[in-house]
Amino acid sequence: MYSLFQFVILLLLISDLVVLWSGRILMLIRLSALQGMLLAALLLLPINGHLDGEHIFLACAVFALKGIGFPVFLRRVSHKLGIEPMVRVRLGRFFPLLAGLACLAFSMLLENRIAEALGLFPHMLLPVALTTLFTGLIVVVNCAKALTQVIGYLVAENGIFILGIPLMTEGSMWFELSILLDVFAAIFVMAIAINHINSAFSSIDLAHFRNLRD
Amino acid sequence: MMLILLLFVPVVAGIVMFIPGSWPRRQLLPAVGMLHTLLSGMTLNAVRTGKAPSALGGLLQPDALGVIFLMLASLLFLAASFYAVGYLREEDKLHVKRDFNGGRPFTNAPETRFLACLCFFIAAMTLVTTTPNLGALWVGIELTTLSSAPLIYFHRHQASMEATWKYLMICSVGIALALLGNILMNVAFFHTNADLHGMDQVSAFIAAAKEVQGTDNTIWLKAAFIFLLVGYGTKMGLAPMHTWLPDAHSQAPSLEAALSSGALLNCAFLGILRGHQIMIAGGLGDFSGGLLIFFGLLSMATAAVFIVGQGDYKRLLAYSSVEHVGILALSIGIGGTALFGGMLHSVCHSLTKGMLFLVAGNILTRYHSLSSYDVRGLREDMPLSGALWTAGFLAIVGSPPFGLFVSEFTILKGIFASGRIFVALGYLAALATIFVGMSVPVLRMVQGRPPRDVPKSYSESLYTVLPPAVLCLMVLGLGFCVPDWLADTLNRAAALLGA
Repeated sequence: MYSLFQFVILLLLISDLVVLWSGRILMLIRLSALQGMLLAALLLLPINGHLDGEHIFLACAVFALKGIGFPVFLRRVSHKLGIEPMVRVRLGRFFPLLAGLACLAFSMLLENRIAEALGLFPHMLLPVALTTLFTGLIVVVNCAKALTQVIGYLVAENGIFILGIPLMTEGSMWFELSILLDVFAAIFVMAIAINHINSAFSSIDLAHFRNLRD
Repeated sequence: MMLILLLFVPVVAGIVMFIPGSWPRRQLLPAVGMLHTLLSGMTLNAVRTGKAPSALGGLLQPDALGVIFLMLASLLFLAASFYAVGYLREEDKLHVKRDFNGGRPFTNAPETRFLACLCFFIAAMTLVTTTPNLGALWVGIELTTLSSAPLIYFHRHQASMEATWKYLMICSVGIALALLGNILMNVAFFHTNADLHGMDQVSAFIAAAKEVQGTDNTIWLKAAFIFLLVGYGTKMGLAPMHTWLPDAHSQAPSLEAALSSGALLNCAFLGILRGHQIMIAGGLGDFSGGLLIFFGLLSMATAAVFIVGQGDYKRLLAYSSVEHVGILALSIGIGGTALFGGMLHSVCHSLTKGMLFLVAGNILTRYHSLSSYDVRGLREDMPLSGALWTAGFLAIVGSPPFGLFVSEFTILKGIFASGRIFVALGYLAALATIFVGMSVPVLRMVQGRPPRDVPKSYSESLYTVLPPAVLCLMVLGLGFCVPDWLADTLNRAAALLGA
């Protein structure tokens, strides 16, 4: 079970690196779907070997929303608005990847220094969680389209979710579910906003945002 | 029952707003506002007399700190709800609406959605201010973002869309970081005996913090506070995370800006205060206090830089909010007698800023321009709003006899008592710069002759003048005397923060 858990963690890390390198919107949506499915898998592979009903229910909810719901929704938005397939990046592709790797190295150092002593996080969970969070933030900053910023937000939230997995004990499910519902509402509102951006600017490229300055 | 009604009355009203047909929706809003204020007053009284009201299994269990912000949110919602009736009536009169930047025509979002979102907004703030659960507080703050974003985009033009997107994205990412702070706090307390998943997490975390005091786990606690500060600080408008605030508050309808600036910023501040309470219990009050002082002074300095030479009068008010959240953070960081000053400051600032944004809305309705250069002769042209604008300016810059003078002076005394002379100098320098910076555009707007191209026939509606006038009287009254019940509640709140 533990080695399978590690394997899923490794897949998440690889998906982060591909997110940082990828320049296609459709690919980013697919990767966010993959991450959602991997998160559900992590919930079904409990670290202490005990799988309860709450974990299974939460895994189903994560799979349904992050693995299927959000990506399908974002893909429909992309299709409806006829968004260009390629993402215009501000920092290029090499620099974000380098920054992601630097974050991974730093968080591995952090794990060796302080997290291991705590005995709470399985090996590599903390570095992958922090790298996923950082990857999401980089996508938000680097990609100039509103839709990719939503994907970045989703990836960053995935990183926080990973970090919370070892803390999910009995009774914490309602909180995890309310976060999930909140993220659902956020993605929904953002998607509506993207529609309005497209109507107001005839594009979802954020380079058009030049009205408000001091 | 009282707390359940407090939370669910606005939720139900929000849903009712969607009932189709032409029925007096607008009039429902003041009714909700009055009921909510009445319930908030009862809650405040219960907390003040030590009755510890609780509902939904302890999910709603306000303390002195939360109940102050609840009361402020309620009062501002009440003022905004009356104002909304007059405001929407004026909006109806405009057959062709043009934006203030390029003069392009635009339409408004459906009024039904606007009114419903206002109700959901106050419901979310009610949850934030009444819950002792840090998870529910986080959820509530995220809900405030989602319910207020459609309010900012009420006027559907490019600038408001830009402001809405920045608000949504920056605050959502910021709040996500606050969630990370929550998780790290759970990590810090994982091996303690505290019931971390109970409803009253604030008390549980405070007990757990005492257990981890002096251990290696304090590093997780420090990291947690940093993320809470950055996350909720983004929503609160602390510099340098404030960038969404001037855009959102300048583009939103004035009543939304009044609610956001006066009540919403307090809600985010409450998230930081909860973190600070736990840090104090863990013996890390100096660490969190130091960070609050730093970000407080940075916010004041940033506001001072952007206020000087600011031509847009709503952005001016927004940067003034950045200044005042800085003062709030500073007062909490200083501690001691400054804590009472900080609590009083939050009350006075909310009332004053709410009032100023409502008056700014009146000016905008009359002049159709956000530039202070286009507005002249308010004293003559809009005597009531002009007088309120002048009074609001004097109040917000901390002039006597308004309440903000008392609170700012109390904070200054606290800074001197703590022996931080350089902090006091920075505080005074920022206040002086902002006083000068704000006085130039405000006096320019009030004095002189009204522009000739403004239509002559104009009468100020009671709906849009009375709410800010009442708020103004409250701030004025607080400058002369802080009522015993309020002073008692403020002292209780300050005591929770280590006073």
